[in-house]
Amino acid sequence: MLEIKNLHASVDENEILRGIDLTINAGEVHAIMGPNGSGKSTLAHVLAGRDGYQITHGKVIYEGKDLLAMHPEERAREGVFLAFQYPVEIAGVSNMYFLRAALNAIRKHHGLDELDAMDFLKMVREKMKLLGMDETLMNRPVNEGFSGGEKKRNEIFQMAVLEPRLAILDETDSGLDIDALRTVSEGINRLRGPKRAIVLVTHYQRLLNYVVPDFVHVLADGRIVKSGGKELAHELEEKGYAWLEESAEPAKSGVNR
Amino acid sequence: MSAATESRTAYLAEFTRLEERLAHKLAQNADHHDAWFQRRRKEAIGRFAELGFPTTKLEEWKFTNVDRIARMPFHSTEFRADGLSSDLLADLPLAHAAFEQRCSRIVFVNGHYNPQLSSRDLPDKLIASSLASAIQHDAPGVREHLARHAGFQNAAFVALNTAFLEDGAFIEVPRGVRLGAPIYLLFVSTPDQPIASHPRSLIIIGDDSQASIVEDYLAVGDGAYFTNAVTEIVAGENSVVDHYKLQDENQEAFHVATVQVHQARSSNFTHHSISLGGSLVRNNVTVALDGEGAECTLNGLYIAAHNQHVDNHTVIDHIKPHCASRELYKGILDDKASAVFNGSVIVRKDAQKTDARQSNKNLLLSEGATINSKPQLEINADDVKCSHGTTIGHLDEDSVYYLRARGIGEREARSLLTYGFANDVLNKMKLDAVRVRLECAILARMSGGHAQVEGQ
Repeated sequence: MLEIKNLHASVDENEILRGIDLTINAGEVHAIMGPNGSGKSTLAHVLAGRDGYQITHGKVIYEGKDLLAMHPEERAREGVFLAFQYPVEIAGVSNMYFLRAALNAIRKHHGLDELDAMDFLKMVREKMKLLGMDETLMNRPVNEGFSGGEKKRNEIFQMAVLEPRLAILDETDSGLDIDALRTVSEGINRLRGPKRAIVLVTHYQRLLNYVVPDFVHVLADGRIVKSGGKELAHELEEKGYAWLEESAEPAKSGVNR
Repeated sequence: MSAATESRTAYLAEFTRLEERLAHKLAQNADHHDAWFQRRRKEAIGRFAELGFPTTKLEEWKFTNVDRIARMPFHSTEFRADGLSSDLLADLPLAHAAFEQRCSRIVFVNGHYNPQLSSRDLPDKLIASSLASAIQHDAPGVREHLARHAGFQNAAFVALNTAFLEDGAFIEVPRGVRLGAPIYLLFVSTPDQPIASHPRSLIIIGDDSQASIVEDYLAVGDGAYFTNAVTEIVAGENSVVDHYKLQDENQEAFHVATVQVHQARSSNFTHHSISLGGSLVRNNVTVALDGEGAECTLNGLYIAAHNQHVDNHTVIDHIKPHCASRELYKGILDDKASAVFNGSVIVRKDAQKTDARQSNKNLLLSEGATINSKPQLEINADDVKCSHGTTIGHLDEDSVYYLRARGIGEREARSLLTYGFANDVLNKMKLDAVRVRLECAILARMSGGHAQVEGQ
């Protein structure tokens, strides 16, 4: 589904991603872990199409297409979803209106009829219940005045409604209390399926107790320094990242030269 | 002779013609009581002759140059019964809604009352008529209030309006009446020639009464014209008044409007000012909080593109103690549009415990758009709460990205965010028909066609 080959990306001449290679197949759940500043969020935003990154080397192939050549909205319509680490507040636009506009843009792209407000409400009601989204929250402006937990839940709710094929979750677990973490995890697990791939970008191992990944990758200094199964996450939990960062040093200087 | 002087002379000559016309009308009708008003009219034209059109040398007109108004040979027209058909009116969205709904409608075409297009049945106790006939019949409210609130000594456009006053709305809601349905005043111009209209409205809301009034200014057809409106509103003790002024004139229009409000004790006045159309627009809103415990809310939205110029001047005068005022004006400017916000809050010496908040927020969608924002506080009492602020910004690119990352196209994302910016002004509107029509108009304008809005 997704093939990242030797991806290098910079912001203002600073190279953040220094050669990422990663292959993700449908049905798989990958966790990308790493210390702060390792490039996790950059990777997530490069995949979603945020402006401001220069791709200096490499390519990303999604479902046989050149992902990096697509606008963010085209990627979304083709099934790429990024749950933001810091969801943006949108004044004056209700959560309901926003999400329906998003869903209809995607449906239109696939030649489906647009949903009116009534049909949309019918469709989302169940998903709202599952994620504990209050209907009043739906009528409030997008993320405005939401607590941290509500914002994260709202991201997962959007994912549940938009049903992406490739979901990238950027630190969706950070700042959640244990109850919220359970609800959010349940929402993620519900979306696991043979046709969908999920990428969990996280700093902590905690989320992985609830959403058990098939693969774990460690990102350090813009490169994947180690990959393994779910047990790698436990190892990181015990030992921290330091031992991996040390081993990444030579690689870093190698790139600089 | 300068263009402005020439134009002043033209208006004076026009005034002589108007007087002849009125004298002729009076001669036909022996039953008139408006000599007092004819005197006031003469005073006003005399004052206009002294003042002339304002220039940018005056502080109040520093950023708004009315030369283009002064130079155009605008003429008042006489009443034409065939000026507009009701079919055409039915195409105007809000007018159409007003037709559909239970609402008292008064229509003015080029400043003249049009009985054919106006409601025939009015609720009991409500007086809603043409001001011309109210003056002629010497309605007590008219003599007591007309031209008593909107002073023309230092306001050339008010002087001009008073001098050329022919018609407008006269609304009187007696004491203790709560009107369920809104009163809809439509001022429509048919600018097949450069016409000037000076609609004048007097709205008197009695003690303990409640009313919603919508003033809607627009045109059917293209061409330059000049609307110079003055509205005086008198809010009695403990009254609740919800007032809307919608300006959607055509692209070539000149629109100057003055709203002068007098509030008695414990009255509650809300003013929504929406400016969408016009080439050169100036709104003057002045509210006198002249009774303890009175409250006013001024809620404004101006949207301008191309070379449009919109100027909003507001004055909130806290005269008595324990009054509150809330003011929020928002502007959205694109292309080379320019706007002015000048909001003055005056707290008089006796107005202790005043609670005044003012905010002006602007969204610039292009590099060429400009805004001159000047909030002014003048505080002469020591125990008050006053705040004011201005913001000027662009669309937040993180927000654009967030919407795009959910599949919404860039253009749509920008229009949705712009609409969202305006929405808190619209959400303060209690009349759904007005709010929905504006939401549609704004979304359509932002995205060039797409307009789908649901109530929430």
